[in-house]
Amino acid sequence: MFNKDRWNEILEALTANKFRTLLTAFGVFWGITILVLLLALTNGLKNGATVEFNDFATNSILTWSQGTSMAYKGLPRRRRFSYKLNDIEALKTEFPEIKYASPRNKLGGYRGENNVIRGTKIGAFGIYGDYPDYINQEPMDILEGRFVSYSDIEAKRKVCVIGIDVITGLYDKDEPVIGSYIEINGVNFMVVGTFKKPNSQGDAEEDANTIIIPFTTFNQAFNQGDRIYYMVITAYDAYDITELKESIFGFLKVRHTVHPNDMSALGHRDQSLDFKKMSGLFQILSVVGYFVGALILLSGIIGISNIMLISVKERTKEIGVRRALGATPWEIKSQILQESLILTIISGMTGVAFSAGIIWLMNYVLNENGPVQNFANPSVGLQVVFIAFSILVVSGLLAGLIPANSATKMKPVDALRIE
Amino acid sequence: MIQIKDLHKSYQMGSNSLHVLKGINFDVKEGELVSIMGSSGSGKSTLLNVLGMLDEADEGSYILDGVPIRNLNEKVAARYRNKFLGFIFQSFNLINYKSALDNVALPLYYQGMKRHERIEKAEYYLEKVGLAEWSHHLPNELSGGQKQRVAIARALASEPKVLLADEPTGALDSVTSYEVMDLIQGINDEGKTILIVTHEPDIAQMTKRIVNLKDGIIIDDSPVKQIRAKVHV
Repeated sequence: MFNKDRWNEILEALTANKFRTLLTAFGVFWGITILVLLLALTNGLKNGATVEFNDFATNSILTWSQGTSMAYKGLPRRRRFSYKLNDIEALKTEFPEIKYASPRNKLGGYRGENNVIRGTKIGAFGIYGDYPDYINQEPMDILEGRFVSYSDIEAKRKVCVIGIDVITGLYDKDEPVIGSYIEINGVNFMVVGTFKKPNSQGDAEEDANTIIIPFTTFNQAFNQGDRIYYMVITAYDAYDITELKESIFGFLKVRHTVHPNDMSALGHRDQSLDFKKMSGLFQILSVVGYFVGALILLSGIIGISNIMLISVKERTKEIGVRRALGATPWEIKSQILQESLILTIISGMTGVAFSAGIIWLMNYVLNENGPVQNFANPSVGLQVVFIAFSILVVSGLLAGLIPANSATKMKPVDALRIE
Repeated sequence: MIQIKDLHKSYQMGSNSLHVLKGINFDVKEGELVSIMGSSGSGKSTLLNVLGMLDEADEGSYILDGVPIRNLNEKVAARYRNKFLGFIFQSFNLINYKSALDNVALPLYYQGMKRHERIEKAEYYLEKVGLAEWSHHLPNELSGGQKQRVAIARALASEPKVLLADEPTGALDSVTSYEVMDLIQGINDEGKTILIVTHEPDIAQMTKRIVNLKDGIIIDDSPVKQIRAKVHV
């Protein structure tokens, strides 16, 4: 369909009125630029917002115990109870769908009192007791040394892994950190590792001000028995934690003698549901992006159709001559269609390239000036380019359809008579 | 070459029907140079359009080089025009954004000829009309006579059976007209069948036969002693 002669015919026709062709092309160029930019910005917002999840395993729930609200089996309402360490083992046995179940305990933290001492320096930090699995649920970058291990758990070693702000708070510059000791609530711990949260925004400060020690050590040193402050449960990817959680709660309620209908005894946060809600929101934003972009593009397409109509009108005589010289109606039609198609695709793909340039520039500025709240890495996938291309092909053909038909509607004898 | 029997054609003008051709009978043999004369409204242009397959007759038969021309759809008509006929128009009708060479090559493009063959052939015909040096000029860089010669080269390029010229000298001054007629006579000398519609008697005298139309019928059809245009050039 496209040989060199066709190309020449089409290019000749398009360049015959360069300025007009350029103005017409601008409509489509602009439409597709806005379409791509809207999608890129949507992606930027999405990336910015998902950073807030800190790469937390999304198929997870956090659950903690609250007071009961219903009397059950002789036990009163407003009874306080705690999850116990043996709940974890029981859950893992009962629910093979569970990939990780990690207990956590916590001391100090946000606006807490000074609780850590090293030599003459003191600081207030969040102290967590953790199991080794926890790093799989909330990824951390280990900068030096290691995370807590199962042998730490077994031996209840007094070791700790510290966040980067703990280092700046307690150590001089270039002082060795690994192997040194810090005093947490009067108990000495050896630092075996340092960590940083990947991509952290939002909660960055709190994360960086964290000290992690083995869970068993925590409970012994700080007198927690086998109590758990909260647990983080992650299901295998094949299972949806949101569907699983009710049976998990049912199981825990039986273990802690809680009324099956007591809705407020167990508190939880569903990462999966939150993540889905947000993904849904950004899906809607993408749809809006496509919709608005497509509408703007539509006006560009109508511009092309309009100009092609005028051009066909102006070239009525030329078309008559071509037909007298032996052009079949289909040859005329396909030339008009191809002119419109080429014009649409070239101007549209220029728009794609242009918006890619703008996106690159945005990323460059973001990288230079550091992260912005709720916005990161605006980008579009290659599939958007393909979608844009298909939209252009279809719309180019649609734009050419009416002009192409009107080009051959007039009989050649009448077309030749036009002056 | 051309056989026409009892040709009728009317146009619908609102509620009135205008009977333009009222039974034309006329034959043209190969190698003839015929002028069709008549005042405006005599039907000479309509006749040429029917002969050119740009318009269809209501009644009667038209046989071109042994091929009956009737009930053509646009596609077949386009193919026949391309194969059998070369058109020369009063207003030249060159495509103004194409060079002289590309204008001449255009009918060959619609024949599906390869580009280099097309260019070769177009160059040959441009040379024949004496415009080889102007081949890369656009039409608006050429004089009226030159434009008409490009148009003649274009009509010749597809090597048609018959050339149809509609007032070929109508937009030219008399000197240029005679130059163009000299070219047309030369082409006729080589054996090409040519029909010219004109209302200028001096142009008609340069053909070999004059057909006079009045009110849609042929009132006179007689050979003339051809005056060579060269005499005036």
